[in-house]
Amino acid sequence: MYRKMLTIRIFEETVFDVYRKGLMPGLAHLSDGQEATPVGVCATLHPDDTITSTHRGHGHIIAKGGRVEPMMAEVMGRVTGYCRGKGGEMHIADVSLGILGANGIVGGGIGIAAGSAFTAKREGKGRVSVAFFGDGAINQGIWYETANIAVLWKLPLIYVCENNQYTEFTHFKKLTAGEGLGARARAMGMKSLEVDGNDVLAVYQAAHELVGAARKGKGPATLICNTFRYGGHHVGEPGTGYRSKEEIAEWKAKDPLPRFENILLEHKVISPADIEAMHDEVLTRVQASVTTAQQAPFPDVKEAGEHVFA
Amino acid sequence: MSSRELTFAQAIREALDEELARDERIFVLGEDVGVWGGVFRCTEGLFQKYGPERIIDTPLSEEGYVGLAVGAAMTGMHPVAELMFGDFITLVMDQIVNQAAKMRYMTGGQVEVPITIRATMGGGRSSGGQHSQSWHAWMAHVPGLKVVVPSTPYDAKGLLKTALREPNPVVFFEDKVMYAKVKGPVPEEEYTIPFGKADIKRQGTDVSLIAISRMIHPALAAAEKLATEGISAEVVDPRTLTPLDEETLIQSVVKTGGAVIIDEGYNHFGTTAELAATIAYGAFDYLDAPIERLGAMDVPIPFSPPLEFATIPNEEAILAAVHRVLDGRRR
Repeated sequence: MYRKMLTIRIFEETVFDVYRKGLMPGLAHLSDGQEATPVGVCATLHPDDTITSTHRGHGHIIAKGGRVEPMMAEVMGRVTGYCRGKGGEMHIADVSLGILGANGIVGGGIGIAAGSAFTAKREGKGRVSVAFFGDGAINQGIWYETANIAVLWKLPLIYVCENNQYTEFTHFKKLTAGEGLGARARAMGMKSLEVDGNDVLAVYQAAHELVGAARKGKGPATLICNTFRYGGHHVGEPGTGYRSKEEIAEWKAKDPLPRFENILLEHKVISPADIEAMHDEVLTRVQASVTTAQQAPFPDVKEAGEHVFA
Repeated sequence: MSSRELTFAQAIREALDEELARDERIFVLGEDVGVWGGVFRCTEGLFQKYGPERIIDTPLSEEGYVGLAVGAAMTGMHPVAELMFGDFITLVMDQIVNQAAKMRYMTGGQVEVPITIRATMGGGRSSGGQHSQSWHAWMAHVPGLKVVVPSTPYDAKGLLKTALREPNPVVFFEDKVMYAKVKGPVPEEEYTIPFGKADIKRQGTDVSLIAISRMIHPALAAAEKLATEGISAEVVDPRTLTPLDEETLIQSVVKTGGAVIIDEGYNHFGTTAELAATIAYGAFDYLDAPIERLGAMDVPIPFSPPLEFATIPNEEAILAAVHRVLDGRRR
């Protein structure tokens, strides 16, 4: 779990760099600061469980087992990317790992996740489906429509709300009526838990309970993880125009990585030397993924017309 | 081949029945499709035969259940999602356009999305402005969707069976006026009809009537009348808009030298415009008169029968358009 959190942090910092150096087209939506949520949730999942992700999806993909090399190549628009350069930074998918895609429409993955849960229930093998989404998506109709159906049909679907406090540039409280998503989920007849999303063990524990219940046919549940993105909505937007220095500092004091590091060190699971070695190893791998992607070709223009239909 | 007469709705129902029996992955979901058998009777008896796991009544949450169907399709199922009224496509646009249509492309070919969305179309029933619209042109505008517009029970059954063997999203439009009123021969034996093959419903030499969905029927009636005037009209049914059988349309006009295109969708940026452009490009040297386009009047569909019928193309309008084409040729 720690390695995955570290990989996400380094991957995001590296993409930041790649963007600033002009090595990638488009925009970059980074999730550094939010690492504990995807890692804590995905640690409870099996290889054949599925997830859907969001426009800020790199963390979910790494947490579910996505490899940084084809991820970086996709970010940089290369043919060696997960989606052959057709998806881009916001749409990375590896269906073989149960990653049914990151989605550029807020709430866009929720319907797909409900469908995967439907298939899972039909298969009857105890597989579950996780929909990651942000605080913005809780005000999208698709959440309510599928939540109602998922409860009625007892689908093995876990709604994971990664609440990073800001829906783009506006605090979620200004946009959300009532008591928030937990109350809404309970009104639907669904179990709901809310945890410190920067505490990977708390996330794991809550996810473990909800995923376990879903596997046993107890139906859907909602998990709210409160967290914070360090950067702006996307790179190039510093995220300081609508968030105070104090607020950012307050959240940085709750950084999920050192918190987990301290626990691991305290319990002597790893040593400081292990951490340093792991850091160097991950950094080397992620940096190599940039060099490899730079050397990889862009897609041949003839591919523009391919993959429309099966 | 032995054959019997089925209504349009019975042909749809039979296609669903046969495909449900053939492929376990297929299931039907929609509003009142189960116990009630569908408001247009297209799923009558299927709930009793296949059970609540495969013929599923959904809440009135079009985006929710179509979104679910997209995800089910991506994970190995083959859902048939029914939109009781095609007008409700507006509620499901994100799922169809942003999700179903481009998941394969955006993942670089990693997934198949075998979902069939059955939607009604067509006015003429005084159903008002939100239950009478024909939005097939919208769907045909989106890369990644196959769009089917059958006009007879025979075509409806064969094309729906093909849709249920497609690895791609299909939007299947059924003109609701035809469900009970249009009857036709349907063989007892198994058959399918490939997408992208237009059907010449009547051979002719003087003018091509190219008609979409139910508009085939007034076109055939007009052709019959024209025959008594010594005018030989060919009636061409594209049957699918995506893929479009451009070659058959062009060859028909190369032969006849004139075209009237009839559709219940709007003319403005609509199917008639696309077909006219296809013909103008492919048969330019053979056209003796401007191409005539007969679409729905560019207004919301009105309720009162005299108003509503004035907005939909009919046999008289087709005859008048044919005479304009022939007059143009004589000039």
